[in-house]
Amino acid sequence: MLTGYIPIAILLILSVGLGVLVIVLGGLFGPKRPSKRKSAAYESGMQPIGPGTRRLPVRFYMVAVLFILFDIEVLFFLPWAVAFRDLGLYGLIAMIVFNIPIIVGFIYEWKKGALEWE
Amino acid sequence: MIEFNPLDLLNTLPILVLVSWACALLMVNVFVPRQGKGLMVLLTALGLAVTLILSIFQAGTQTEAFKGMLAIDDFTVYMNVFILASSLVALAISHDYMQRMGLARGEYYVLMLFSVAGMMLMASAADLIVVFLALELLSIPLYVLSAFARPQVESEEAGLKYFLLGAFASGFLVYGIALVYGATGQTNLIQIFAAAEAGVETPAFLLVGAGLILVGLGFKVAAAPFHMWTPDVYQGAPTTVTAFMAVGAKAGGFAALLRVFIAAFPAISVDLAPVLAAVAAATLVIGNVVAVAQSNIKRLFAYSSISHAGFILMAFVAFGQDGLFEDTIASVLFYLVTFAIASFGSWAIVIMLERKEGRGLDLQDYAGLGRKYPALALAMAVFMFSFTGVPPTLGFAAKLFVFRVVIEGGYYWLAIVGVVTSVVSAYYYLRLIIIMYMQDGDPQVRGETWLNLATAATAVATVLLFFFSTPLFEWAAEAGFLWF
Repeated sequence: MLTGYIPIAILLILSVGLGVLVIVLGGLFGPKRPSKRKSAAYESGMQPIGPGTRRLPVRFYMVAVLFILFDIEVLFFLPWAVAFRDLGLYGLIAMIVFNIPIIVGFIYEWKKGALEWE
Repeated sequence: MIEFNPLDLLNTLPILVLVSWACALLMVNVFVPRQGKGLMVLLTALGLAVTLILSIFQAGTQTEAFKGMLAIDDFTVYMNVFILASSLVALAISHDYMQRMGLARGEYYVLMLFSVAGMMLMASAADLIVVFLALELLSIPLYVLSAFARPQVESEEAGLKYFLLGAFASGFLVYGIALVYGATGQTNLIQIFAAAEAGVETPAFLLVGAGLILVGLGFKVAAAPFHMWTPDVYQGAPTTVTAFMAVGAKAGGFAALLRVFIAAFPAISVDLAPVLAAVAAATLVIGNVVAVAQSNIKRLFAYSSISHAGFILMAFVAFGQDGLFEDTIASVLFYLVTFAIASFGSWAIVIMLERKEGRGLDLQDYAGLGRKYPALALAMAVFMFSFTGVPPTLGFAAKLFVFRVVIEGGYYWLAIVGVVTSVVSAYYYLRLIIIMYMQDGDPQVRGETWLNLATAATAVATVLLFFFSTPLFEWAAEAGFLWF
C-alpha cells in the first residue's frame, strides 16, 4: 500500500538534496565580502532591533503580496497542467475564469504603484 | 472529463454578477481619474440593486448547482434578499460618514461587495468546503474594512485583532470539517446526513468535528465563549463598518449554522442540542451582564449584539426535532431581520452623533437628545424597546417566536435564562433612554438625507411590521431547504 508513496519520497529527497546542494556550492565557490549590513539578521527589510511602533517602509510587503498573488496562481496551474488532457475545454475555461480576478488584482496593484520602488 | 451544465451559471447568476461587478468596480476605481465623489457609491448601489432583482427572480427555484456544491432554494433566496437589502442600507448610512471622517476611498465599496458575495455564498453552501470558502470570502474583506480608518491606532488594532482571531477560528472550522470527513467520508451536507443516519464507525470523530465547526461559526456570530474580539473590533472599526459587520457577518454565520446543523447533523442532535443550549445560555448571560458596565455606546451595542446572538442561538436547540426544525429556521430568520432593522437604525443615530477622533461616542453625549432632537430620540427609543422586546415593536414578536421554539423543544431552563437576561438587558437599554430624556446636555448631531431616511424608515418598520408579524413569520417559515 505504501509503495504508492515512493514517487513522493523520491521527490522529497530530490528537492531537499537540491536545496542543500545549491547552498553548499554557493558557500564553497561564491565570493565572500561580508560587511556589517550584510551580516545583519535581515539583509533586506527592516532592522530587527528597535521600538515596535515606529514607521517602517511598506515596499517589501508589497513585493510579498505580489509574490503570494502569483504563488497561488502557480499552485493552481501545476495540478491543472498535469490533468490538462482529462479536463479538456472545461478545465481551460475554468482556468481562464480563475485567472481573471488574479489579473484584476494585479492591474490594481500595478496602477497603485506597487511595482515602483521609489 | 468533467461535464459542464450551463444551468449552473444561471442558478448562481446573482453571485456571479456581484463578483464580476466588484472586479469591474476595482478597475473603475484605478482607471477613472478624478471620479466624482458619488460615482463609486452610485455604481455599488446599482450593482447591489441589480443583484437584488436577480435574486428575487430566483424565488421558487429548488435545485442544486455545481454537482451539489450549492443549493438554490427558498432559504437561499430569502437570505440573499435579506443580505442585499441590508447592504443597501449599510451603503446608505456609509456615504456621508466616510466623507466626513476623511475615509472616502473607492476600495471601501469594492471590499463591501466582495464580503456581500461571501455572505450570499454562505447562504447557499451545501458542502462544507463551500462553507469554508464562503466564510473566508466574507471575512477577509471585513478584516481590511475594520482597519480602514488607518492610521488611527484603534482601527489598526481592530483589524489586526479581528484578522488573527478570525484566522484562528477558521483553523477550528477546517479541523472540524476534516474530522467530519474522516468520520463519514463526505463533505456534502446531505451525504453526511445520510452517512450519519446509517451509522458511522467512529461517532466520536463526528461529534468532535461538529463541535469544532460550531466553534468556527460561533466565532463569526460572536457567541460566547468565542466573543472576545467583538467589543474591541466593533469599537475600533469605522462605525459604518461595524454596522455592516454586526448584521452581515452574523447573518452569514447563522445561515451556515442553520444549513450545516439542520441538513447534516440531525442524527447526533441528542448530543449537540445540549451543547448549543449551553453556548446560548453563556452568550446571553455574558452579553447582557457585561453590557451593563459599558459607558461607550459602540461597546454597549457590541455586547448587545452578542446577547442577540444568544437569543438567536436559543432557537437552535430544537434543530434536530422532527416538525420543529422548520420553526427553528423561521424564528432565526425572523429574529435576524428584526435585529437588522433595529441595529441599522441605532447605528445610523450613532453615526450622526459621532465626531472625529472618536468623540461623541460616550453615553453622556446623548444627554439632552430628547429635548433638542425629539424625533431622533424617539427613533432611538423605539430601537431600544425593540432590542429589549417590548410591544408594540418587532423585537417582541421575534423573542416570542424564539421562546416558543425553545419551550416546544423542551428546554424550559433555557427559556427562563432568556427571560431573566431580557430583564437585565432592559436596564441598559432603558438607561440610554433615561439619559436622552431626563438629563440635560447639548448633543451635536449631523443630519444628512440618507442617514435621516434610513433612521426614519427603520424606526417606522420596527413599529409597523409588528402588526404584521404573523404573516411575516409564516413567510419566513416557507424559506425551507430543498432537501426536506
